[in-house]
Amino acid sequence: MRRARASRQSAGNGNTRTPADPSAGEEWDKHLAGLRRLAGADVKETTVASPLDQFTIKPIVPLSLGKLDISFTNSALMMGIAVALIAGVLVFSVRSRDLVPGRLQSVAELGYEFIAGMVRENVGDEGRKYFPFIFSVFSFVLMGNLLGMLPGAFTFTSHIAVTFAMALTIFVGITLIGLTRHGTHFFSLFFPHGAPIAAAPILIPIEVISYLSRPISLSVRLFANMTVGHIILKIFAGFVVTLGSVQFFILPGILPFGMLIGLTALEFFVAFLQAYIFTILSCIYLNDAIHLH
Amino acid sequence: MMILRALLLASAASVCLSIDMAMAADAQKAGMPQFDLTRFPSQIFWLGVAFVVLYLIMSKVALPRIGAVLEARANRIGSDLDRASALTAEADQTRAAYEKTLGESRAKAQDVGRSTEAALAKESAERQAVLGNELAGRIRDAEARIAAAKSAAMANLAGVAADTASLAVERVAGVKVDPAEAADAARVALARA
Repeated sequence: MRRARASRQSAGNGNTRTPADPSAGEEWDKHLAGLRRLAGADVKETTVASPLDQFTIKPIVPLSLGKLDISFTNSALMMGIAVALIAGVLVFSVRSRDLVPGRLQSVAELGYEFIAGMVRENVGDEGRKYFPFIFSVFSFVLMGNLLGMLPGAFTFTSHIAVTFAMALTIFVGITLIGLTRHGTHFFSLFFPHGAPIAAAPILIPIEVISYLSRPISLSVRLFANMTVGHIILKIFAGFVVTLGSVQFFILPGILPFGMLIGLTALEFFVAFLQAYIFTILSCIYLNDAIHLH
Repeated sequence: MMILRALLLASAASVCLSIDMAMAADAQKAGMPQFDLTRFPSQIFWLGVAFVVLYLIMSKVALPRIGAVLEARANRIGSDLDRASALTAEADQTRAAYEKTLGESRAKAQDVGRSTEAALAKESAERQAVLGNELAGRIRDAEARIAAAKSAAMANLAGVAADTASLAVERVAGVKVDPAEAADAARVALARA
């Protein structure tokens, strides 16, 4: 906290310092422009790129369906790359069908058995039918998170539109599975087994609200984690430049740079963890719908 | 960790805010792109396309293929294990048979030994009996001969004694003794002795 505040002050100094002497100011601007060129920012702009710029959706091929704008964007491009990579690894690696797997085939088998085990443990044998879907969800989210870690890449899982659409699809699908399996008996999910009848007026609304909030928590958790992680990475990268550019005093840049390295490792972990949480919660919700607690 | 992230986010947000405020020219750009509703349809549309493609590839091609590879391996391992256990069973059987044969052979050897021993004992006993009988016959014969010799000697002894006694009497007393009387006396004396 203290460090963050100190860094913020230094960053503020770096951004807002306006020397009184005009010649010195000219020199300062030249200096900043050079730094921005180094940092890859647009030289013509006089302001540092916002940490939120990385989330901007940029249309590549403008398209529209009726009044809807369905342009092929950087987000769609990353989704396509993710799908191509997943399919490429999984289909290509097992093409030789080796009895003793190679490196890539091991990865594919490991992923398969990881998700198959997750479905088996959390849903049981009835979950076998939904294994391809759960596997697709996990691999798509994981690949989205990991691709976002590439410098300059776009993270499609950092957008609430994407995570909420996925969570809502899962939620609606699971609710339909529960309804077709159990009919009206499905609604017993909203009343904990063995609770006193008198508690129903309190318990049922709580359970209904908690059930309805599932897609929100599922999508916001993923979107917020990815967004926050990337903002923090961007800010610390900014600190490296602003602190490191203080004349005669380049050392302070090393501190945020070290932090940046640690945060990058943390973000890789978060990328995997959030994909795992998103998937296992889907499994748990599916189990609720199939087995009703 | 989550608290640290929250604090970092808070500081990040304030930095963003200050930067955004500094960017007066780009004011219309401010705000998170995530909440730009005009970008929602294209994201959801392409998400649907990408995910459906991914799901179809996964469920129709990739996962069945990986599953088949894993199953083939599991089967192979299973059959190998089966074969190994069959071979082990076979080896056990062979060993059991071997041990059984060994035991039988040993028992047979013991039987042969025992019967041989018995036969030998019987034979030696028979031979011993025959020898004993023979020896006993010889002993009996010898005893008989001894007894005959003894009785012959005894019979001669009476004659000798009578002759001796009559000669002694003739020499000492000068009396001629009737040989029959002398013989009687000798017999009596011998019988008394």
